[in-house]
Amino acid sequence: MNFFNEDSILETINMIKMHNLDIRTVTLALSLRDCCDVDIRCVGEKIHEKIIKYAKNLKSYADEIEEEYSIPIVNKRIAVTPVSLIGESCKNPDYVYLAKILDKSADEVGIDFIGGFGALVEKGMTKGDELLINSIPEALAQTNKVCSSINLASSKAGINMNAVNKMSDIVKQTAEKTSAQDGIGAAKLVCFCNAPGDNPFMAGAFHGVGEPECALNIGVSGPGVVRAAVEEMPKTADLGEVANTIKKVAYKITTTGELIGRELSEKLSVPFGVIDLSLAPTPAIGDSVAGIFKAMGLEHAGAHGTTAALAMLNDAVKKGGIMASSYVGGLSGAFIPVSEDAEMIDAASKGHLTFDKLEAMTSVCSVGLDMIAIPGDTPKETIAGIIADEMAIGMINKKTTAVRVIPVPGKTVGQTAVYGGLLGEAPIMPVNTLSSSTFVKRGGRIPAPIHSLNN
Amino acid sequence: MINEDDKFLITIIGTDKIGIVAKITAVLAECKVNIEDIKQSVMQDFFVMFMLAEKSNSPLSFKEIKDALTKTGQEMSMEIWVQKKQIFDKMHTI
Repeated sequence: MNFFNEDSILETINMIKMHNLDIRTVTLALSLRDCCDVDIRCVGEKIHEKIIKYAKNLKSYADEIEEEYSIPIVNKRIAVTPVSLIGESCKNPDYVYLAKILDKSADEVGIDFIGGFGALVEKGMTKGDELLINSIPEALAQTNKVCSSINLASSKAGINMNAVNKMSDIVKQTAEKTSAQDGIGAAKLVCFCNAPGDNPFMAGAFHGVGEPECALNIGVSGPGVVRAAVEEMPKTADLGEVANTIKKVAYKITTTGELIGRELSEKLSVPFGVIDLSLAPTPAIGDSVAGIFKAMGLEHAGAHGTTAALAMLNDAVKKGGIMASSYVGGLSGAFIPVSEDAEMIDAASKGHLTFDKLEAMTSVCSVGLDMIAIPGDTPKETIAGIIADEMAIGMINKKTTAVRVIPVPGKTVGQTAVYGGLLGEAPIMPVNTLSSSTFVKRGGRIPAPIHSLNN
Repeated sequence: MINEDDKFLITIIGTDKIGIVAKITAVLAECKVNIEDIKQSVMQDFFVMFMLAEKSNSPLSFKEIKDALTKTGQEMSMEIWVQKKQIFDKMHTI
């Protein structure tokens, strides 16, 4: 028998030990559609009971598997059906109460975050959607683990500008209600275009309406592994070779994620959903997407060429992942959250990376404007303009885009917002001070784009 | 019949010294774990040993075996990794 391939074994160990390869999240996606009732208290009880029933072993089983493979499983999470749908039939709707139930349930099963406190309003809002959206600032201020996401636009429906305006106000209120922690509430709130219903990553995870009763979705990461592999290449290697190296690494990361996911889903008796291979950075040194740009040969993130580098990275990651698993889903690609990536923080602090460059990068990354701190006095109409721009990029390019900006109360350019943990810290970035007001206040819906004549 | 799920790989890394194999195999014998294959080499000045082990006859759980090996590794100032075999199979084969 010739089992021992020393290089392969040591490579795996090095990926985990030196380059922060981890399973970023195991996310139990759960339908709450059978929890509707006319009485909000009954809805709350049903939600609590269902979460406990399905998720009581999630943490302990994940911990067991982490032990068996010596690979960190960083987060255990739950994603539920958009809660606006669940509370809508109540005679006495109270969405803050439902958020507290979600928070309490999450605490009881020992998970890190619960996502799905949201609504899908790309074409318009129902009464329940509106009530939920209005409750977001209070709900996120009164809970710790609840995450909220609202889908405001899609390539098929266009951009609901009334909802964009509403959400710009909600983002500001949410930040203000958590001003003591630099507006951390807004770090748990995402506005989406073309939101996927099987994304395991927070803050945007929810269980889509076309999804099964339950599923286990896995998010794997490893920007540090990709950076190390690219760094090892000669500086003269052409970009086709670089793309190929990234694909190989993505393949290895994805197979590991699928192994862990399938084992955990079997233990939990929950069907395996998708594996989402997203290069999600952490503030740890080396675990950086911006570090990959440097390894590719750019002086720093933000240099001309960054968008091209990111486009290649994002595409190569998807190609490697697709080869490794038939069920790649979610967001899959490269994330560019500013506060969660030490090199991005550095580039933004030095002024190399501007808001406008980040916006350009979102047209080729897997999500969007993510974890960007902006001045607390930014007018809500400007935030609406920021959201509308990002939704437009997603709508026209038929991709997911998102906005998670934090107008940090009482702080301005030159200061830093500090969140700690995986959320990291963010230098406050300047935004364009020209007025967007008359444009966004027109409201209505930006029509869906033509799907032919693609020039 | 041996279940693939019972197989795991032990990797020991550190500076070479007397008794590494003796101590690790003693722990495995005590845990009633069978050694299927063993290989050692010196890589970049480090002693590296790989063992393919199988625990179908062991009354202990994976975690108990791993804890016993980790403790012995620490006593010898050696880095020790104990992982189910599938992670290597999956990652490095198409």
